[in-house]
Amino acid sequence: MPDQFLYATEVFINGLMAGVLYALVALGFVLIYKASGIFNYAQGVMALFAAMTLVGIMNGQVPFSHIINAVFGTEIHHFGWHVPAFLAILLTVGVMVIFAWLVQRLVMRHLVGQEPIILFMATIGLAYFLEGVSDLMWGSEIKKLDVGLPQGGSFWIEDMTAGLGSDNFYGFFIDNLDMVATVVAALLVTGLVLFSQYTKQGRAMRAVADDHQAALSVGISLNFIWVLVWSVAGFVALVAGIMWGTKSGVQFSLSLIALKALPVLMLGGFTSIPGAIVGGLIIGVGEKMFEFWIGPLVGGATENWFAYVLALLFLVFRPQGLFGEKIIERV
Amino acid sequence: MKDMQDGYTTADGRKIGGVVMEMKNITLRFGGVVAIKDISFDIREGEIRAIIGPNGAGKSSMLNVISGFYVPQEGEVWFHGAPRPQMKPYEVAKQGIARTFQNIALFEGMSVLDNVMTGRLGHMKSGMFAQALWRGKAEAEEVANREVAEKIIDFLEIQHIRKTPVARLPYGLKKRVELARALAAEPKLLLLDEPMAGMNVEEKEDMSRFILDVNDEFGTTIALIEHDMGVVMDLSDRVVVMDYGKKIGDGTPDEVRNNQDVIDAYLGVSND
Repeated sequence: MPDQFLYATEVFINGLMAGVLYALVALGFVLIYKASGIFNYAQGVMALFAAMTLVGIMNGQVPFSHIINAVFGTEIHHFGWHVPAFLAILLTVGVMVIFAWLVQRLVMRHLVGQEPIILFMATIGLAYFLEGVSDLMWGSEIKKLDVGLPQGGSFWIEDMTAGLGSDNFYGFFIDNLDMVATVVAALLVTGLVLFSQYTKQGRAMRAVADDHQAALSVGISLNFIWVLVWSVAGFVALVAGIMWGTKSGVQFSLSLIALKALPVLMLGGFTSIPGAIVGGLIIGVGEKMFEFWIGPLVGGATENWFAYVLALLFLVFRPQGLFGEKIIERV
Repeated sequence: MKDMQDGYTTADGRKIGGVVMEMKNITLRFGGVVAIKDISFDIREGEIRAIIGPNGAGKSSMLNVISGFYVPQEGEVWFHGAPRPQMKPYEVAKQGIARTFQNIALFEGMSVLDNVMTGRLGHMKSGMFAQALWRGKAEAEEVANREVAEKIIDFLEIQHIRKTPVARLPYGLKKRVELARALAAEPKLLLLDEPMAGMNVEEKEDMSRFILDVNDEFGTTIALIEHDMGVVMDLSDRVVVMDYGKKIGDGTPDEVRNNQDVIDAYLGVSND
């Protein structure tokens, strides 16, 4: 096989896997948008907050230690224990559920029936607030996250594929972490689809998304569903936070992955879970392939803008995205 | 027909049971506006009870009080022989009171079948994981719920649109789907808010037939609001008449028809 083809294949596979990571972030947006019509600007910061909380719990860090020390003149930073990854993840899920409940109780509940733009503004406020809280709670330095996921290139795949090309071809470089992320994302999406299609709570979630009054009349508590939705979105944020945090460290820039989710959403549609996945894959593959072929001609760094230009094209020709609900106006 | 402790028998020979719901001295105000003024009446098991009155009489407000959307400032709602504490609409629904809306509140993005199935949510008891994985009790339960839904779909003659998204349906059919969803909950009390509003004569006749059949076949207790006098008189066993938030008549259609206050309210009083 020609080397050029093999390289392209490798880029393609890596693109798919990068796409999975984008899709993970986009999923969180879709969930909240579907169930409450809110575009949750804070989704990226939630991923950051979840990852920071996870690292903090694992390292036995004392939350708000800077404030405590400043006020009481103490010098405490650590509890002096280490929490195993699995337990820490469970605890972090608990924190995200409490966060969901607080958001519902303190913010969203008071904005029921408001214009979407007002709800959107509220989530912008929420994003900045949460960003500040994360720093206060866990400190702003870059942290290493290691929950025991394999990292680095897979030698197995490299060895397997090395023989395919000429002597200059050393085999595919595929990151183990990316493969894990793919499996996790697949499980997550399967779980979410089963949940929303077949369980009572999932059906209630879809009902609430569609019509509040009708949902009330069949015995669904709106508050409960919203807390549930924000909790699930918090869980998805945690998964995204773990994957991205393991890859590039837990730091502020983690919250910016939310920006990469935007073009994914425009492609996939804001209301479709499969759309978020396919959208993520298209963006991931698209930007890697574009960089591979067109990049050298224009001086590289196309990955920074390719996704947005693609999203722009979609907005012009298919505003509801690939899988979004068609916009029909009955007159 | 007065003093019927244990119910009564209707003109067409149906047995009506004891009191299911009783409104006691309900008063509802919005700021300075009194929407309902000291109204009391009861609804009995198995009957079709109508609340009628000219526009703005407070009929819809009354229905919203029963279904928990409005909280009255004074008075008590008694359900199955006990005063009902203040409740959210979804809690009222869980108690077995289903309703339809004057302006139709359906899940527009879902199919007819899915809409009807949401009416069964209160009857799903198995665990979340069992439901997600379609295992054990959940499977039997889902099948049973589906059977009830299909039976109601058959009954209301909407089989041909089972899979159609509700948004594509014409108005009359939407009203019927809404009735189907309310029925799917197997309610102890069914509230219909202007079930015939905006329908042509043919659709009205269909809807009347369905309401009578539902009452007959499932023994459902029905309370409905309507301002079309003719329809109401044919349908209902007993009628409450409201005007400007007050109750001006209560009794069988014949009694109400001959009530001077009712005639005045509907036809106006001449001043000569």
